[in-house]
Amino acid sequence: MIPPAAILPLTQLAYLLAAGLFVFSLRWLNRPQTARRGVLAGVVGMSLAVLGTLLHPEIVNYAWIALAVAVGTILGIPLAMVPLTAVPQRTALSHAFGGLAAGLVGTAKYTLWLDEGALTAFRTTAIVVEVILGFLTFTGSLMAAGKLQEVIPTRPITYPRQNWINFALLATAFLMGIALVLDPERWQLFPAVIVFALVFGVLLILPIGGADMPTVISILNSYAGLAAVAMGFVLDNKLLITAGALDGSSGFILSVIMCRAMNRSFANVMFGAFGQVQAAAADSEKGTVKSATATDAADILGNATRVVIVPGYGMAVAQAQHRVREIHDQLTKRGVDVRFAIHPVAGRMPGHMNVLLAEADIPYDALVEMEDVNHDLPQTDVVLIVGANDVVNPAARSDRSSPIYGMPIIDADKAKLCLAIKRSMNPGFSGIENALYYAENTLMLFGDAKAMLGEIAKALSGEGGH
Amino acid sequence: MHEEAAGLDLWSMLMILMLATFVGFQVIQNVSRLLHTPLMSLTNAISAIAVVGSIIIAGEEKTPFTTILGTVAVAASVTNIVSGFLITDRMLKMFKSRDREPGR
Repeated sequence: MIPPAAILPLTQLAYLLAAGLFVFSLRWLNRPQTARRGVLAGVVGMSLAVLGTLLHPEIVNYAWIALAVAVGTILGIPLAMVPLTAVPQRTALSHAFGGLAAGLVGTAKYTLWLDEGALTAFRTTAIVVEVILGFLTFTGSLMAAGKLQEVIPTRPITYPRQNWINFALLATAFLMGIALVLDPERWQLFPAVIVFALVFGVLLILPIGGADMPTVISILNSYAGLAAVAMGFVLDNKLLITAGALDGSSGFILSVIMCRAMNRSFANVMFGAFGQVQAAAADSEKGTVKSATATDAADILGNATRVVIVPGYGMAVAQAQHRVREIHDQLTKRGVDVRFAIHPVAGRMPGHMNVLLAEADIPYDALVEMEDVNHDLPQTDVVLIVGANDVVNPAARSDRSSPIYGMPIIDADKAKLCLAIKRSMNPGFSGIENALYYAENTLMLFGDAKAMLGEIAKALSGEGGH
Repeated sequence: MHEEAAGLDLWSMLMILMLATFVGFQVIQNVSRLLHTPLMSLTNAISAIAVVGSIIIAGEEKTPFTTILGTVAVAASVTNIVSGFLITDRMLKMFKSRDREPGR
């Protein structure tokens, strides 16, 4: 048995080591070669912190803890096994759990300190911030998960004076919080703060469209981190502050990257209700559309020297990544240089497309970022577009009236030839016409992405396998 | 002892918050875009360190109400820890380079 006097330093040592390991964990995640070591460092840090906490003399009953750990493990394992297309939903759900934990701990601490008469202004302030952030992250993330799972309509849901109403709700929650800080004994205000935060979380996400989900997930990530920071202030726990700050800054950086990739501001994403049905798109003079068959496409690809494939979320929806891999393999075997151009917002969360392609066994050195690939596109023989639309729309560069004007795009139109797989000429998800499909050097491949890619792969293996 | 220390501790906590945020910015800016999805699931698991606060509330059994809240909070955090680390590792295993044979 460890003597009681030694427990506190032991716990503190465990926390210190855990904080260091968390930093190393993220450091090792920088590169794919060391990334798995990063996970190991995180697991060791977390285990140390939990063991250090279990030594705490204030714990009198371990039964509830054991029960909760069992429940958490039972829930956690299936959540880790979801298909990779569902990773955004899973991530949103885990932000919700993080927010919930922060909100509940804040609530518990408030009632305990209220009974003990130990609510200082500082403690109450920290609790109010923790509870508001925690509960708004909870409902906001549940809403985001619902939209990603398409249980809730992904179109923005708007009503008059929406931003004013939302702002008023949040302001009221904070005003009640301030009143609570001034007199912590006014406990009736506390549940009201919680309800306002919960409602605000729902209303905040309602007007946000499916295409903005990568940014929203990142922002909610940041809020969940900040809620953990606030919890650290409440509990006087420096490890919590450190880990929460790491999470918060990560979410913030990812949100900035996502906003830049769409040329939008935070405010525009959160309050702009982007993705509503566009009022009468400008009827620009459309050219003629040229189409080709799978055999033609196989012929063109097989005779190219450099090919760039531009995947979009449509590829994942059609479950076509493995067919894409077959084409990649066939072409590589013939000595064709094949690379994948990844737009930062291709997918439903940051980096989503990379994971989907990695799952299909496409080597990560074949995945190129937008900025790097644009440089090489004029010297590229063929660009093959699979399920991408807005991210290759030249209107973003040239048409000031387009809703996506200014968004950085992959300059597919600058390649010598463009092959685009599409079901029909209907404008896609965002409802924006794409002039690329009418361009001189574009050939359309009409059909389901998976079937079309399968035929191309078959044609490639049939004609030139020897 | 917490009461008198609270004023002083605020500043050391703010100091830690500032420094940890700087470290976070530095380290995370260098994460390759390839790995942004695993990054989010890993930081998610790490911020579930909230479990240490919840464990004490669930284990100290001060009132039935706080014990229930603490227990739910531990369960929520453990869910994030387990699923976060597992799925991060599962995704990272899939990233293979050209010269490395699949399966390693």
